[in-house]
Amino acid sequence: MDQDIVIDAQGISKQYRLGTLDHGSLWRDLRGWLGGSRDAAQSAKLAPEPGHLRGIANAPFLALDDVSFSVRRGETLGVIGRNGAGKSTLLKVLSRITTPTRGSVQIRGRVASLLEVGTGFHPELTGRENVFLNGTILGMSSAELRKRFDEIVAFAELDEFIDTPVKRYSSGMYMRLAFSVAAHLEPEILIVDEVLAVGDSKFQRKCLGKMEDVTHGGRTVLFVSHNMGAVTSLCNRCIVLQKGKLVYDGSTGTAVIQYHTSGVFTTAALDPAAAGLVIGDDQVQLVRAEVRGADGTVGAEYEIDQPITVALRYRLLQTSANRIVPNLHFLMPDGSYAFCAVPPLLEAPTPAGEYIAECRVPGGLLNEGTYFVSVAVNTYAQASHFSHFWEQGALCFNVREDLDKTAAYRYGYTGAIPGSVRPTLAWDVRQVG
Amino acid sequence: MHAKGKRMSVTRGSDSDPAMQVHVISSRLTWFDVDIGGIWRYRDLVWLLIRRDFVAKYKQTALGPLWFVLQPLLNAIVFSIIFGHVAKLPTDGVPPFLFYLAGTVAWGYFASCVSATANTFVANAGLYGKVFFPRLVMPVSTVISNLVTVAIQYLMLLAFLAWFATQGSGVRPGWLMLLTPLLFLHMGVLGMAVGLLVASVTTRYRDLLLATGYALSLWMYATPIVYPLSQVPGEWRWLFMLNPMTAVIEVFRMAHLGAGALGVGEYALSVVLAALGLAAGLVVFNRYSKSFVDTV
Repeated sequence: MDQDIVIDAQGISKQYRLGTLDHGSLWRDLRGWLGGSRDAAQSAKLAPEPGHLRGIANAPFLALDDVSFSVRRGETLGVIGRNGAGKSTLLKVLSRITTPTRGSVQIRGRVASLLEVGTGFHPELTGRENVFLNGTILGMSSAELRKRFDEIVAFAELDEFIDTPVKRYSSGMYMRLAFSVAAHLEPEILIVDEVLAVGDSKFQRKCLGKMEDVTHGGRTVLFVSHNMGAVTSLCNRCIVLQKGKLVYDGSTGTAVIQYHTSGVFTTAALDPAAAGLVIGDDQVQLVRAEVRGADGTVGAEYEIDQPITVALRYRLLQTSANRIVPNLHFLMPDGSYAFCAVPPLLEAPTPAGEYIAECRVPGGLLNEGTYFVSVAVNTYAQASHFSHFWEQGALCFNVREDLDKTAAYRYGYTGAIPGSVRPTLAWDVRQVG
Repeated sequence: MHAKGKRMSVTRGSDSDPAMQVHVISSRLTWFDVDIGGIWRYRDLVWLLIRRDFVAKYKQTALGPLWFVLQPLLNAIVFSIIFGHVAKLPTDGVPPFLFYLAGTVAWGYFASCVSATANTFVANAGLYGKVFFPRLVMPVSTVISNLVTVAIQYLMLLAFLAWFATQGSGVRPGWLMLLTPLLFLHMGVLGMAVGLLVASVTTRYRDLLLATGYALSLWMYATPIVYPLSQVPGEWRWLFMLNPMTAVIEVFRMAHLGAGALGVGEYALSVVLAALGLAAGLVVFNRYSKSFVDTV
């Protein structure tokens, strides 16, 4: 094994049996063995290897299907795919929580996996005791934890409550402490699931910042997320899983486009209620976000000269004395900002009710390519401002270029024109001598 | 190819340099790779789990440690009434209350180890499904933390023993008492062995967990707890000796009460059974623990 390759997965498959996920009963198996009912005999014959999921007369289901890839030391690999694509199963195999049905993985170095924050927290124990318990479960030694303890507490902003039982913590405090322990893990290989997507957005950004420090510190990181903004800003390479198969392995930009254009995930509109989500806090909640064209139809494909409208519908649950302001952040697939858009001249107070904010982006402003839109609604008070929600990469759309229409300024050049935007500007070219 | 690579690279790496260690996660399950070293590497976690159990237990009960003394005490009183006064079973010439108390304290530790270990997968399903750490850490720490409870009960037993001894009731504690820690180790090992086997089977047959409590109480009556071994007919004695708990209970009572008799060979058989049981338990548990999360 090349010293520089820290994860080497060769043809891993994981088979489950779908259907009735009941636990075997001794009685049914006994009947099966004694040649009793046909059904029982069938189920006994179907019984897979010890410890595997059992179901009656159900076809096997491959959660992972012959997945091979390798990760080099210091790489940050993104794992993307829609729900059920096999991401979680892959992480479980890599973090040794379960074994593959076929294939093998060689891993060099200590692995810490973060599939959940606050694993093993006990409500009766104090914050301090839980830091140690949770940290050792995640693979740190008591000595390491003692060394980093002050840092962990400071990061969680919990100094005065650290000796209080965590059952008295608010859910925010609980999450901050749990995040903080996780953020201070220092294994050679870190496997992170969606976990960083919860918590208040200010602290979430702090965690993402910490994650970036970790990835720049030469550690190998596997990062799974639905949040393309976070993936693009953290990962230099991605693998895309689809129905258990690895369908792409390469640059993040291409992977993200692959993910979106494979038709498995439309982000022309985001409807939290339909997805069973609540986006927002107890003051402001997102009702819907969408991208639509000049004719008002929602879609994800636009011509470069067409105007588009990004619409945000949100609910203000109680009248606010402050200005409640929607924000749109336009990002590139690599995570860099194209621009931010904020409506001007909103006044305080803001009465409770439902609002629609529409932002018209003129044709001839955006470049060809994929854009992500992060949507936020903020309160701007006298001395402070904060987000009620900040949904990263909430929307995603493609801008296409018809080379015939832009031939006027391409002069026969057909390559990509770089830039996060390609505004149509006023030019004056004249001969002066 | 992978199995070979594993062996080569594991010898290359060492504990002192975890960055160099190569782990192989393979579909091929081997029977004999029980990770004893892993428990040592996670000894900090074992210690913290023992503390957690202790703190959680005592913070939640109003009576605190008293609660744990009450249970064997009530058992001994009930046994004294039913088996001593009503059924009039002999107790090798020692006061029935002390005879039953000694038996019930010792058995209590074994039974708590069996049921706690048997429950490992169910109780820790959430944790096991989210983080990898050597799975054996959990049963090992519960077996040790149950020791705290039994230590309190044992102190109570010693107090009653001292009181009865000064009353001239024919109780003769002997030098064997010094071996008490070994007896608890023996029971812990036996309890864990049985528990590990039950836990492994319950990954497949969850309903067996419900039967464990019942099986344990039947087992208690098959062990000389409420009657002395001397009452067992000679031709059946060998059958009782196949129950490894018989020898442990008998030696425990010989040591503290000076009652009973046991051959060295009979005790050795129990030690051998405990060792074999633990080996079998570890191997089976290890194998089932690798993919049990798929079943929950």
